[in-house]
Amino acid sequence: MGDAEIKASSWRLVEVGRIVLIHGGDAAGKLATIVEIIDHKRALIDGPATDTKIAVPRQSIALAQLILTPLVLEKLPRGARTGVVKAQWEKAGIEAKWQESAWAKKRSQKEKRRALTDFERFKVMRLKKQAGFQVKTSLAKLKAAAK
Amino acid sequence: MKLILKSRRATFRLTTISTPFTNRPTTIDPVLVKMSTTTQKKTFGKSTREVPHHSQKAKKWYPAEDEVAPKKVRKTIRASTPRSTLTPGAVLILLAGRFRGKRVILLKNLPQGVLLVTGPFKINGVPLRRVNARYVIATSQKVDIAGIEQKKLDEISGDKYFTADKAEKKKGEEAFFQQGEKPEKKKPSSSRAADQKAVDKALLSTIKKTPVLASYLASSFSLRKGDRPHEMVW
Repeated sequence: MGDAEIKASSWRLVEVGRIVLIHGGDAAGKLATIVEIIDHKRALIDGPATDTKIAVPRQSIALAQLILTPLVLEKLPRGARTGVVKAQWEKAGIEAKWQESAWAKKRSQKEKRRALTDFERFKVMRLKKQAGFQVKTSLAKLKAAAK
Repeated sequence: MKLILKSRRATFRLTTISTPFTNRPTTIDPVLVKMSTTTQKKTFGKSTREVPHHSQKAKKWYPAEDEVAPKKVRKTIRASTPRSTLTPGAVLILLAGRFRGKRVILLKNLPQGVLLVTGPFKINGVPLRRVNARYVIATSQKVDIAGIEQKKLDEISGDKYFTADKAEKKKGEEAFFQQGEKPEKKKPSSSRAADQKAVDKALLSTIKKTPVLASYLASSFSLRKGDRPHEMVW
C-alpha cells in the first residue's frame, strides 16, 4: 500500500477567534469575533471595533445569523473578555483587512448602487458600456498584433 | 301567491290621517287648485260640518308601488393636491399611454390631477401633452424651466388648448360618393408646432448644460431583471 497523504480541510470553521459577518437582526452588516461556542446553534460574539458603525456589543447569537469570514484571531483564548478581544482585534488590524477584501468592497458597492437615483443609474450604465467597449477594442488590437 | 300578497298590501287601510298626498308634483290645473283649496259645508242630519274637497283628503290606500327617490350624491368635487415630488421641472417617467417608458419634463400641474409635460419633442418625440399624475413616476432629477415664457405656458394650460376643432362632416350623398377617396392625412397644426418650439427652445439650452442629460431624456425606461420599483430610489 502506498502512503496516503492526508491534508486538513481548509474550510472556515466555527471556532474561537473566527471573524464573522452578521446578517439579520439589529447588527446586520457588522463584524464580530466568536469568543465562545455556546452550543451547536449559538455562539458568544464580541465586536470591539473602534468605528461605532461596525462595533457590536458582546452577545450570544444564533449561528444562522452569522457568515464566517476567512479572517481569524489566531491566538484568542476561549471566553476572553472585551479588553483582550479588543487588543488582539487592533493588533491584527481586522478592520483594515476587511476593508481591503473584495467581499467588503462588493458589499459597499452594492449599497452605493442601491441608493442611486434614476439619472445616476443611467450614468453608471453609460460608463459600464464605455468600459466594456474599451476592453473589447484593446483586446482586438492585441489579437491583431499577435497574428 | 305573490299577487295576493301584493293586493293585500295595497288594501292596507290608512288609520291615521297623515300629510295628504297633495304635495306631489303634478301638472297644475288652476280650476282644480281653486276647487281643492275650498272647503265645502255639508249638512249631516241636524248639523253642518266643513268637509274638505275630495282632493284634499288623505288617500284611503297606500300606493302599491314605492315611489323611486333619486339617490343622494354624497361626493364633493375637491381640488386635487399633487404629490410633493411633482414639482414643475421634475423629470418624470410615463407609465401608460402611447409614450409609456419615456422620460419627460413636467411643466405645470393642472387641476384635477393632470400634468402638462413635454419631451422635449426634439429629444424624445414627446409633444406638449397632458398626462394623468397617477401614471407617472417622478424622479429626483430637475431641469430648470425658468426660461420658458410664462404667458405661453398659461395659454397652453388653458381649457380649450388641447381640444381638437372638428371639421364639419360632409353629409348624405356627397359623403357617400367620397367613400372611395382616401381620407386626408392629419397634419399637426402649425400653431401647435410653433408653441412646441417656443417652449422647448429654452429647455434645450438648459438641458445641454448638464452632460448626459439629453441622452438620458432620449432613453426610455424599462424594468430589468431583478428590478424592484417599489424599493428603488428615484
